[in-house]
Amino acid sequence: MIRLGVPSKGRLMEKTFDWFGKHGLTLSRTGSDREYAGRVDGADIALVLLSAGEVPRELAEGRLHLGVTGSDLVREKLTRWNSKVETLARMDFGHADLILAVPKVWIDVDTLDDLDAAAAQFRARHGHRLRIATKYHRQVREFLQDNGVADYQLVDSQGATEGTVLNHTAEMIADITSTGETLRANHLKVLSDGMIHASQATLFRSRTAKWTKSQKTDLDDLRLRLGV
Amino acid sequence: MIRTADRQRAAALLQGFLDAGATLVETEILQPAGTLLDLYGEDIRARAFTTHDPLSGEAMLRPDFTVPVVQAHMNNGADVARYCYAGEVFRRQEVDEGRPREYLQVGFEVFDGTDPAAADAEVFDLIATALAPWSTHPVTGDLGILTAAVDGLTTSEPRRAALRRHIWRPSRFRRLMDRFTGKAAVPATRTALLAQVAGTSVEALIDAAGPAVGLRSADEIAARVRALTEDAALPPVSHTEAEVIGMLLALDCPMAQAISPLRDMAVDLPSLIPAIDRLEARAAALARRGHTPDTLPFAPARGRTAMEYYDGFTFTFTAPGRLDLAPLATGGRYDALTSVLGRGRGVPAVGGVIRPGLLGDLA
Repeated sequence: MIRLGVPSKGRLMEKTFDWFGKHGLTLSRTGSDREYAGRVDGADIALVLLSAGEVPRELAEGRLHLGVTGSDLVREKLTRWNSKVETLARMDFGHADLILAVPKVWIDVDTLDDLDAAAAQFRARHGHRLRIATKYHRQVREFLQDNGVADYQLVDSQGATEGTVLNHTAEMIADITSTGETLRANHLKVLSDGMIHASQATLFRSRTAKWTKSQKTDLDDLRLRLGV
Repeated sequence: MIRTADRQRAAALLQGFLDAGATLVETEILQPAGTLLDLYGEDIRARAFTTHDPLSGEAMLRPDFTVPVVQAHMNNGADVARYCYAGEVFRRQEVDEGRPREYLQVGFEVFDGTDPAAADAEVFDLIATALAPWSTHPVTGDLGILTAAVDGLTTSEPRRAALRRHIWRPSRFRRLMDRFTGKAAVPATRTALLAQVAGTSVEALIDAAGPAVGLRSADEIAARVRALTEDAALPPVSHTEAEVIGMLLALDCPMAQAISPLRDMAVDLPSLIPAIDRLEARAAALARRGHTPDTLPFAPARGRTAMEYYDGFTFTFTAPGRLDLAPLATGGRYDALTSVLGRGRGVPAVGGVIRPGLLGDLA
């Protein structure tokens, strides 16, 4: 039997259920609301309900055959994610962009080139590197390295990241934004070439899981039904 | 993993360096993270293992010996010295899972400004001699030549400083050159900003943009806008000078044969002359030690993607036909690093390391 992992609560779970429902597969939670058990009607699939943040690791370890989670989480938590999971379907919900944002008052900074120059100036003036608050360390570091930005440092922020600039614990942020409201409220603007990753809920296939002959047949059937 | 045979090979190589007159030094495996982060920036986190000590703060497992050896030398105040060492270094591998995370390095470092060409040749010769039992392929470079070319560009000092800052990042360096030569278009938002500044005061624009949040002050923003205005008024870097930079980046020929084309380039960019003189002296010093500059491969820009502290001579020994292996030995000159770590007091220095573990893979 194929093991499918999906987010265990909230809008992400509901939207996932809806998405599979549209393709004739009824996913549901069984038992009480606190119990993370589920079932699939219409196919021979074991449903595993777990936190979206755990899906990448479970896929990479091969304990799940298929999994639904945000593409940003896969990129953040897995090294060489491409070699461990395959993207089967972008599900067109759970949209969230990982972006770089600076104070609006920085009228001289609009591009990564500007940011790099401003970072050099900032370090010379303040004696420490320009701080970027984020919880997406790997993606931000790789993006800035690929774009040749130097003289910055990442400071960890696990929540209320937009507020770090106001509190003087960072000069700018790299965070997920879905609407931009919070950015505006905190007097921040997005760099015009500062889109690190446009994330959305995605169905992934594990490359490391063991796929028996019957599981492979099941997967082929499933892909046909899902049209992916 | 480090094998017993690797340790024995390391001990034999170390003995060779001791016999050459070097003093044995030890450095701590747990290095304070601050120094390394200051030198390399956030990129080092992708390459070094970071750990945390409740009393002394963030630490990194030694990714390299050069930095702590230079620090020790600058602190003990000696001028001329030769050091050798052997021990583990630790590297995170995020891309290639097959590469080792801990391995041995055996190294030799010379702090001696009396005859830099002779010191370059001494280190290269010592490493080449140590590697003589194996079949290796040496290649050389010289980042001092690229730096000298940048120093001589007919343009503003901020532009030269921007290029020098990115000399180790080939793609960013090229982007800067494209902008300074006018090959890349100015972003529309920059043009718009400069047009606004022409009509209104910078301070008024900053006030209108939003509340002043964060540590970067209105003064700093205004200073950079003024710098952008000045930069926009500059003529582009000339085609001739840009061409010299392009030729330097592409040059790849035996060391002795590089001298003449470089002298031709120096007609357009005379700032190259002292760096070419140093290259010529180094070629002569290598020849005196029995090496052959007539065949030794040389590309000035080689070594740009390594740990960013080499600023002069660089060299690498690889195993012929073994593209899967990292270089067996690497080295180079790092004068600037000594003045950074010596807080302004620099000592000309050059060194190199061998990886005994890789030599075991060759047999």
